[in-house]
Amino acid sequence: MALLNFERKYRVRGGTLIGGDLFDFWVGPFYVGFFGVTTVFFTALGTALIIWGAALGPTWNIWQISIAPPDLEYGLGMAPLREGGLWQIITFCALGAFVSWALRQVEISRKLGMGLHIPFAFSFAILAYFTLVVVRPVLLGAWGHGFPYGIFSHLDWVSNVGYQYLHFHYNPAHMLAITFFFTNALALALHGSVILSATNPGEGEVVKGAEHENTFFRDQVGYSIGTLGIHRLGVFLAVSAAFWSAVCIVLSGPFWTRGWPEWWNWWLYHPVWS
Amino acid sequence: MKSVLWVVGIFAAAFVVMVAMAGWDRPPIDITQGGYRGLAMEHVVNPRREALVKAQNQLPEPFDPVEPGGPPATEIYTNIPVLADLSQEQFDRLMLGITQWVSPEQGCAYCHDEEKLEADTKYTKPVSARMLQMTAHINKEWKNHVGETGVTCYTCHRGKPVPDGIWFTDPGPPAAKGAAGNKFGHNVPTPDNGSTSLPYDPFTTFLKVDDKPIRIIPTKALPPTPGAGATIRHTEESYSLMMHISGALGVNCTYCHNSRSFFAWDQSTPQRTTAWHGINLVRELNTKFMEPLTSTFPANRLGPTGDVAKVSCATCHQGVAKPLYGAPMLAQYPELDAAK
Repeated sequence: MALLNFERKYRVRGGTLIGGDLFDFWVGPFYVGFFGVTTVFFTALGTALIIWGAALGPTWNIWQISIAPPDLEYGLGMAPLREGGLWQIITFCALGAFVSWALRQVEISRKLGMGLHIPFAFSFAILAYFTLVVVRPVLLGAWGHGFPYGIFSHLDWVSNVGYQYLHFHYNPAHMLAITFFFTNALALALHGSVILSATNPGEGEVVKGAEHENTFFRDQVGYSIGTLGIHRLGVFLAVSAAFWSAVCIVLSGPFWTRGWPEWWNWWLYHPVWS
Repeated sequence: MKSVLWVVGIFAAAFVVMVAMAGWDRPPIDITQGGYRGLAMEHVVNPRREALVKAQNQLPEPFDPVEPGGPPATEIYTNIPVLADLSQEQFDRLMLGITQWVSPEQGCAYCHDEEKLEADTKYTKPVSARMLQMTAHINKEWKNHVGETGVTCYTCHRGKPVPDGIWFTDPGPPAAKGAAGNKFGHNVPTPDNGSTSLPYDPFTTFLKVDDKPIRIIPTKALPPTPGAGATIRHTEESYSLMMHISGALGVNCTYCHNSRSFFAWDQSTPQRTTAWHGINLVRELNTKFMEPLTSTFPANRLGPTGDVAKVSCATCHQGVAKPLYGAPMLAQYPELDAAK
């Protein structure tokens, strides 16, 4: 239903960033655009390479398939395809697809005449990925510092990188990122529950509006951030979570080589009491 | 716009606070790969910090070697319970070495009665004799830990009569009376527990006993009987000991363990096997060599609970994975191999 309400406003020419009218059309409900084409290209190529990499590997078990980055000895150069080169090309495809998607969001936002909030927020997710597989490996001098693409293997990477710094929960930026992730989940749960409650009234009751929602939270927690405010808060929490995730991993290695618990020694040696 | 500035301002303030804290590193960083690519089994080293550690881990200049043969030391000296099969020249060379390694400032008189060199008047002389036996024991019986590199007096002493990295049972910090003051051995960050809240004295728990199990990960999904298996307390003690090993060797967890399965030997590095022998070695040194010496030491050399100084991983390693970067010092002093 809702999709059609704004289709007339959405399906306007123009607003493209590149290519003019070239790909400015729709396939069914989907806008194409230049960046839709590049998204499909990078996605198809990257996925095909992952499947090829899986075919080269020892297993078709979906949990255990892994496309691993090169050995550290290759540094920032290209590795042979079977020894991490695939990972390098797939990483390029992934970034191409993610950035294309963000730019497609920009084009759609421009067609709708709305702000760039959505590509802005999504770009933080891209930033976190870019930091993991490009910024940190470049700072450490080898593509091999990227994480492997596999369901279990990337978890092993996360675990081992954490234990390289003894106890990752003492990483102050990790603390911030986790706090933002959890707070984001809490805010989303509160917001989602109040919206579902307001829009699904009991038998014979009318749908409730913003004043009911505000009153509920004023009763419950003494404060309601409001209908617009909750979305601003949501963007802030989500973007902060991704941002501090990127910070916490880029610090680990390039800017901190020892156990993270040791970082907090400034507290022990604080001049006021030490 | 105003709210955006607020957000940016808060981010910037948090950033400034974090950057202002001392102790950051910077690229380039030296990282050694220790496992399959992408597994992140890596040894992470800041080469500028490493240079400082290297400078503190240089061997002293060796004394000129002496030819074997010549009159045996037993013909010249009396009351030598160890080193009896050395020649006099070898014996003298080793005494010079020990003075340089253990008591360079105090000289011979640190152990010997200068009026009567063979007398056991000073406690340090019988202790030294026992330490020479210990050194020979390590070099002979513990090759699975020390390899052919072996150990010398210098491995631990480094020019100090009392080596760094020894430990006594820690009675804990002064505390209020009653339950509120009882930290249950926790929540005192020290270099030994890696500045964490983990138990602060893993040594008494693990390093002066023969058989206290360190492995805590269960091998079955559920405990076979209620209460079986390691407790949280026991787990934290093990992690505290691991923190000590990490600090003592200047390595991280992935130097020995693949964290996807800490207990699985077939997924661990060979260094874990060496470390396992090392833990057993330390236990034996403390129970067989150090603790029997308790009554030999004067009270001022004992710990706050009256226990003797004991060995930890840090006593030899002093922050380096292979003590003295694996320099084969024992080869310069074959006399030490013969002290038995």
